[in-house]
Amino acid sequence: MRNLSVLSLLLLSLLPVCSLAAEPIKIGVAGAHSGDLAAYGIPSKEAAELVVAAANASGGLLGRPVQLVVMDDQCKPEIAVNVATSLVSAGVTAVLGHICSGATKAALGIYKEAGIPVISPSATTPSLTKSGDYPNFFRTIGADDLQGKFAADFVVEKLKAKRVAVIHDKGDYGKGVADFAKATIEAGGKAKVVLYEGISPGAIDYSAVISKVRGEQADAVIYGGYHPEASKLVAIMKKKRIDIPFFGPDGVKGQGFLDIAGKNAEGVYATGPENYAGLSANQAARAAYVKAYGKEPGTFFDQGYAAAQALLNAIRVAGSTNGATIEKALRSSLVETSIGKIKFDQRGDAEGIGFAVYRVQNGNFVEVK
Amino acid sequence: MMSYFLELTFSGLSRGSIYALIALGYTMVYGIIQLINFAHGEIYMIGAFVALIVSGVLTIYGFSGPAILILAALLAMVYAGAYGYTLEKIAYRPLRNAPRLSPLISAIGMSLFLQNYVMLAQTADFLPFPALIPEFDFMEPVAHLVGSAEAVIFAVTLLAMILLTLLIKKTRIGKAMRATQQDMTMARLSGINVDRVISSTFIIGSVLAALGGVLVGSYIGQINATIGFTAGIKAFTAAVLGGIGNIPGAVLGAFLLGLTEAYAAGYVASAYEDVFAFALLVLILILRPAGLLGRAVRQKV
Repeated sequence: MRNLSVLSLLLLSLLPVCSLAAEPIKIGVAGAHSGDLAAYGIPSKEAAELVVAAANASGGLLGRPVQLVVMDDQCKPEIAVNVATSLVSAGVTAVLGHICSGATKAALGIYKEAGIPVISPSATTPSLTKSGDYPNFFRTIGADDLQGKFAADFVVEKLKAKRVAVIHDKGDYGKGVADFAKATIEAGGKAKVVLYEGISPGAIDYSAVISKVRGEQADAVIYGGYHPEASKLVAIMKKKRIDIPFFGPDGVKGQGFLDIAGKNAEGVYATGPENYAGLSANQAARAAYVKAYGKEPGTFFDQGYAAAQALLNAIRVAGSTNGATIEKALRSSLVETSIGKIKFDQRGDAEGIGFAVYRVQNGNFVEVK
Repeated sequence: MMSYFLELTFSGLSRGSIYALIALGYTMVYGIIQLINFAHGEIYMIGAFVALIVSGVLTIYGFSGPAILILAALLAMVYAGAYGYTLEKIAYRPLRNAPRLSPLISAIGMSLFLQNYVMLAQTADFLPFPALIPEFDFMEPVAHLVGSAEAVIFAVTLLAMILLTLLIKKTRIGKAMRATQQDMTMARLSGINVDRVISSTFIIGSVLAALGGVLVGSYIGQINATIGFTAGIKAFTAAVLGGIGNIPGAVLGAFLLGLTEAYAAGYVASAYEDVFAFALLVLILILRPAGLLGRAVRQKV
């Protein structure tokens, strides 16, 4: 009873403040905040809270305070649909999220109908932007296919390969990476794709494909797929004394590859999300996090922080909470974020961000400058 | 061009060797009790896991590479043999007089059970497998054509085939197996312990599969709980190709399948190696419905 009276007193005391200040700008934050994949969602939520707190401390946005509406979708598409509906009816101006590609895809249609811009720190499925189905979608992380292009450029420009073998595991992710690598090399004209092959994951032996790599006198291999097959391929290359660079996507860049491939992993190249630690804006964001939470930030924190910064900037530039105007501002205005200066292209992918190349040295992936 | 052909041939032969080691288990069991033992691929996987664990322990005790390979292979074979024996005893023997479909379903159940059991008891992840087969110095000049591991796999398989042939042709149990295969009732009437013969068949098949598992593990350097499935399907295909129930047929079918896959991957596209493998199966079954060396059994009306 006493609690209730205190609460009502508080409410009463808040009322005049609210009526004096302008109506807050609401921003939805959706992602996995509980369940198996919570570790991917919570860091971006915390990043959004930090960015918004800083904005409110310096007078808010367009003269109005910013308020976050946080909802948990557990990375499940069916829950994401409910979350999207609730956020739309709560009257949010824009949404930061969702985290998983599947959940994002399920929710996007609802936001699109409501004319609400969505900016994800982590959904990497290429079709979210490339299909052109979701003009309201943006992301601060590179799409999977960008890696293919990136790998191809590195192999041709830096490693000076002239005859490249492209191998993939026939899956969506692996073949996507491989197709883009192939297209990039062919469009560049500086090197030739001498081999383009799919392998069956789980097969006993890939030595015939590796024989073919030698037969075509390839001077580099680009692989699209995950680490189990990549470790088999590098092991067979070592056995057959084929000493040419092997280049994998971020499905290869991880501890699993290092464990299984062991000694054979040495010298293997792989792409992975860029390391932003050198940027002063990134250092500031991370320092703010450590100050607020007393620990190092988790996965997608950088991307989440940048997404929140880009979004607030776009609302400021647009000067309104109208979805279409904000989308236009996201596409046109270059903004300084924790992942560098970014703006978004016509389809919603961030320009000026991407991947870095790593190489295995003494059992660890080390960034190649 | 010639060296490319040779390279593919050796790749096909080592692949075929593995298929042969597994296919023998399918074909021997089928020859005696007309059962397709779908859990056979899982025995192969268990053999590989046992070898991994044993080699881990032996490495701690400081054994050398070849000693680990031999000890790990022997223990894996013993262990897998015990699994094969138990499998027959609990999943197939009670169904000996049931309609033929019942043990088949039981076999599929055992396959799923063993696979999930290993996933739970060990891990669902891929595990690194030590390269137990050493790189021989004298193989170095031809290392680009055929690796030491491939040569060892082929040699061990040949040796296993010769021993198996001797076992079946020359020993008492081999004679009993042939008799049981020809006519189980008549064999029983002439005093052969048919149950024991069937158990031995399962044990021999499992031992060979485990040997295959150990060789594959140390060749490709990784295993997980699901490797039995693909290998099992391929070996079964090889057994059918050669004429299921026929031992030389299984070996012939396995090498034919391995070589077809290697040439298809090498000269056409590796994305289609399975297509060629199964197209070959279809073609041979159209021309010779009982398989290459299989004898068509005339139905008595």
